[in-house]
Amino acid sequence: MALSDKDRIFQNLYGTQPWNLAAARMRGNWDGTAAIIARGRDGIIEEMKNSGLRGRGGAGFPTGMKWSFMPKQSDGRPSYLVVNADESEPGTCKDRDIIRHDPHTLIEGCLIAGFAMGAIAGYIYIRGEYYNESIVLEAAIAEAYEAGLLGKNAAGSGYDFDLYVHRGAGAYICGEETALIESLEGKKGMPRLKPPFPAAVGLYGCPTTVNNVETIAVVPEILRRGGAWFASFGRPKNSGTKIFCIQGHVNKPCNVEAEMSIPLRELIERYAGGVRGGWDNLLCVIPGGSSTPLLPKSVCDDVLMDFDALREHRSGLGTAGVIVMDKSTDVIRAIARLSAFYKHESCGQCTPCREGMGWVKRMMDRMVIGDAEVDEIDVLDNVTRRIEGHTICALADGGVWPVQGLIRHFRPLMEDRIAAFKARNTRLAAE
Amino acid sequence: MSAHHEEPTSFAFDAESEAKIATIIRRYPEGKQASAVIPLLYVVQKQMGRQAGSAWVPRVAMDVVADRLGMPPIRVYEVATFYFMFNTRPIGRFHLQVCGTTPCWLRGSDEVLRACKDAGHLKGYGDTSADGMFTLTEVECMGACVNAPMIAVDDDYYEDLDYESTVALIGSLKRGERPTPGSVIGRQTSAPEGGPQVLTGAESE
Repeated sequence: MALSDKDRIFQNLYGTQPWNLAAARMRGNWDGTAAIIARGRDGIIEEMKNSGLRGRGGAGFPTGMKWSFMPKQSDGRPSYLVVNADESEPGTCKDRDIIRHDPHTLIEGCLIAGFAMGAIAGYIYIRGEYYNESIVLEAAIAEAYEAGLLGKNAAGSGYDFDLYVHRGAGAYICGEETALIESLEGKKGMPRLKPPFPAAVGLYGCPTTVNNVETIAVVPEILRRGGAWFASFGRPKNSGTKIFCIQGHVNKPCNVEAEMSIPLRELIERYAGGVRGGWDNLLCVIPGGSSTPLLPKSVCDDVLMDFDALREHRSGLGTAGVIVMDKSTDVIRAIARLSAFYKHESCGQCTPCREGMGWVKRMMDRMVIGDAEVDEIDVLDNVTRRIEGHTICALADGGVWPVQGLIRHFRPLMEDRIAAFKARNTRLAAE
Repeated sequence: MSAHHEEPTSFAFDAESEAKIATIIRRYPEGKQASAVIPLLYVVQKQMGRQAGSAWVPRVAMDVVADRLGMPPIRVYEVATFYFMFNTRPIGRFHLQVCGTTPCWLRGSDEVLRACKDAGHLKGYGDTSADGMFTLTEVECMGACVNAPMIAVDDDYYEDLDYESTVALIGSLKRGERPTPGSVIGRQTSAPEGGPQVLTGAESE
């Protein structure tokens, strides 16, 4: 059964209504916030655990558990909430809609999450390109201060909490939580070794939790309606509603909030007008943003859109950016372009990534035209596995997974291209 | 612009920038003012756009930022060159930033690029037109993928483009017009073409 509008958390996803506080209150935001906070840190964290919410930024870590890592008693250092609004994973454009159309879901979420982790302040790190979105967010925060919802005795809760917006400046790597913290401290966005984890040593050396925009923005509604309500959508351990970004070769690309574990085919056909040319014209789908390996049509036919189902097919839900490719696609080129992306975005700190992303890109460029030997496909696959897991952060992992997925599912196509290149060159040489 | 460009010999924040800086510095705890380095570099870039018609960050301005925040200049140079959005060379009056990442490419970003070259009289990425109007840059995924393909003109996104609509957009810019950002085919932001299928209010009626 399809999700009904009354169960959609983002009532203004498309910006058909104003984003401002008055309209947000009409939509139910900021309703009984003080009473939620009165449940106390443990009560809120327990309810979040009951909801089954897993982080919406890509990794899917249980949110309630993450918050519980924050120190209960300060050792003199303040604690911080940092919101990751550096939405940069190719195929992902959901946080943008929350920020520009429903910013008060996020701001109220920051207050509650900040309280639940004992933070004195929150920073929302928004990607620099979202300039117009940052203007809306800053204005919404100003409104919230004006109405007493932030600052001293925020929302009448007796708790003091400040919230700030910080713009990044165009670096995908800053979506990695420790690189984001470095950037927020005024440095190059280079990831830190973990441990120590941010909950122990984060922003300014203080306990910090970094959460994705969507993760934080769904918190108030979960606490208002109960963890059991949220958990009633999707399969166990994959619960809730989720914004999907459906794009590429579909008839009507769009963002939509749907229930977790919805079949991929239903998602595309119900909400995005179906695959261009019909379902049988489907070649493959990248299900969760650029880092997640593609799925061939045979898998797409009945796979469910959740963390565990996609993992079973050696891919992932990631950020739920659903990139659809029909049979007209040069899928080798589509993946090669992603290799170029990761080369461009490597911060250069770890050798396997700095050198490896460039090597993989150059190799993929050759695969696009077929200027390679067949056994170089094995070399390419082998090298990606030597890169994977050998760097400080997961950028390189995300950079090689799409290539591995291509080889896994489209190796015959790559071999054909190599054969065609050879045939062309042999003919030219003979003439 | 050529690789060799004129660096100004001095830079000073104007009153508008100073007002902005005062609000920025307050966001960060005492002693952590280095956090303001990215925001201040933006202030520089905006002021250059305002004053010189080219939004970029000269070296001497980085020194001014370093001095203001009590940082060694090298730390500011590092930041200014690490982050893609700071132009360390002069650019044209309008910065045409074409997304060429896979989601936009699948929807025809090659045509959008061709339109930018044709209409803006640009040879390719990195080029600035002879009249100083346009600089063309390829950018990585801008996070507007369900409205692909897109370009950003300075800070504004134009979405759901094709060859013709990109040519028309650039024509408007040449005439001194600034079309409303967003979908050029009139879509309601990220809703499907033809209007939202959900959140229509139908259920409550």
